[in-house]
Amino acid sequence: MVKKIRVLIAKPGLDGHDRGAKIVARALRNAGMEVIYTGLHQTAEMIVETAIQEDVNVIGLSLLSGAHMTLFTDVTKLLKKKNIEDIIVLGGGIIPEQDKPKLKKEGIIGIFGPGTHTEEIIEFINENVKI
Amino acid sequence: MSELGSNVLKGDQRSIARLISYVENGEIKASDIMKEIHPHTGKAYVIGITGVMGGGKSTLICEITREFRKKGKKVGIIAIDPTSPFSGGALLGDRVRMMELSMDEGVFIRSMGTRGMLGGLTSAVYDVVEILDASGKDIILIETVGVGQAEVDIIKIADTTLVTLVPGLGDSIQTIKAGVMEIADIFIINKADKPGIEQTVAEVESLVDIECLNKERRTPVLKTIAKDRKGIKDIIDNIENHKEYLLSSKKFYIKRKKRYETELVEIIRKRLMNFIFDESKFRNKIEILIDQIYKREIDPYSASDKILGKILK
Repeated sequence: MVKKIRVLIAKPGLDGHDRGAKIVARALRNAGMEVIYTGLHQTAEMIVETAIQEDVNVIGLSLLSGAHMTLFTDVTKLLKKKNIEDIIVLGGGIIPEQDKPKLKKEGIIGIFGPGTHTEEIIEFINENVKI
Repeated sequence: MSELGSNVLKGDQRSIARLISYVENGEIKASDIMKEIHPHTGKAYVIGITGVMGGGKSTLICEITREFRKKGKKVGIIAIDPTSPFSGGALLGDRVRMMELSMDEGVFIRSMGTRGMLGGLTSAVYDVVEILDASGKDIILIETVGVGQAEVDIIKIADTTLVTLVPGLGDSIQTIKAGVMEIADIFIINKADKPGIEQTVAEVESLVDIECLNKERRTPVLKTIAKDRKGIKDIIDNIENHKEYLLSSKKFYIKRKKRYETELVEIIRKRLMNFIFDESKFRNKIEILIDQIYKREIDPYSASDKILGKILK
């Protein structure tokens, strides 16, 4: 029996900057995870539906447009509404320090800004996902 | 029947997704549910799409799906990408071209890594076809990894196999003809707006001339521009023609029997491997034998007798 951690890397909203998302996706793959990449301009509904069909353990949201307070929490709210409790949500991008506590309260349990070492993200996922 | 099994039969997306994970991970509880759902399978038509990397397979699948949806058919999609042989991880990116389908309740898409299987598929693909079939999908589309020469396993599972090519491959058609060119039920030359299209079509047609000599059916060669949605209806018509052709003779029955043969052998193989390598007592035994082989105390064949003797008795 070989279980693998499955991760959805998604770009919500109107933001075309996906270099960071792709680098993270690659790093997670190199750490032995199965990474599903959605591409750009996703709605919360699309992200959650994809997460369901792909049966992922982790959703990683990447956003550099500044709309994270709305777009990140849209995803966690929708997960809650659908009674999905076994998927953890992480956020990456330009997230001001003062926004972090509120995002964490809304269920984005890990937030990784610019300069984060990919090892840190891998470690965080391995610690927080039970498979 | 188990709750998960009956929810799969109802077409519940989350239950389908969860059962796929169970079979993919080789979890023991999966086999009981697979037993329950088998009587409800056999209705879906399975279409395989294989071909060169960057040939537009994912875009074609998206467009083919839209066309089937217009006809009211429910569609399941299995998109397979390679698992890294070094890390065991995989980057599954086929969905990028299919995201517009993600909100359609009549479509279920699952991305899968090959997880060590060669041949362009993953070993769980047979189970996943059964699950999607049982969940009420009329059409199941399987996208293999981008192929070179040997990734031809798709014909063991698909009723109709589409092989996609693009213009400008030139001599490389010669190099791929050995394997992939022999398995096509329909050729699709995608990106037909690119230069060199007529030459590519001519080359493929001439291969078909040789391949289909003395055969009752000639493999059609279609031109498409998937990104502009051109030529898609033609693909659907040709798939339906091929289906009729299979059903008009024993060919359909033979094809399906071949699929179940492969599936059965695969299940036996997996269970035997698990039995040998997962059971801790065998694992310990193997470790000792490996050490003895290294020290020249035993040869690998005698060592394998020691392991297999216990099972074959």
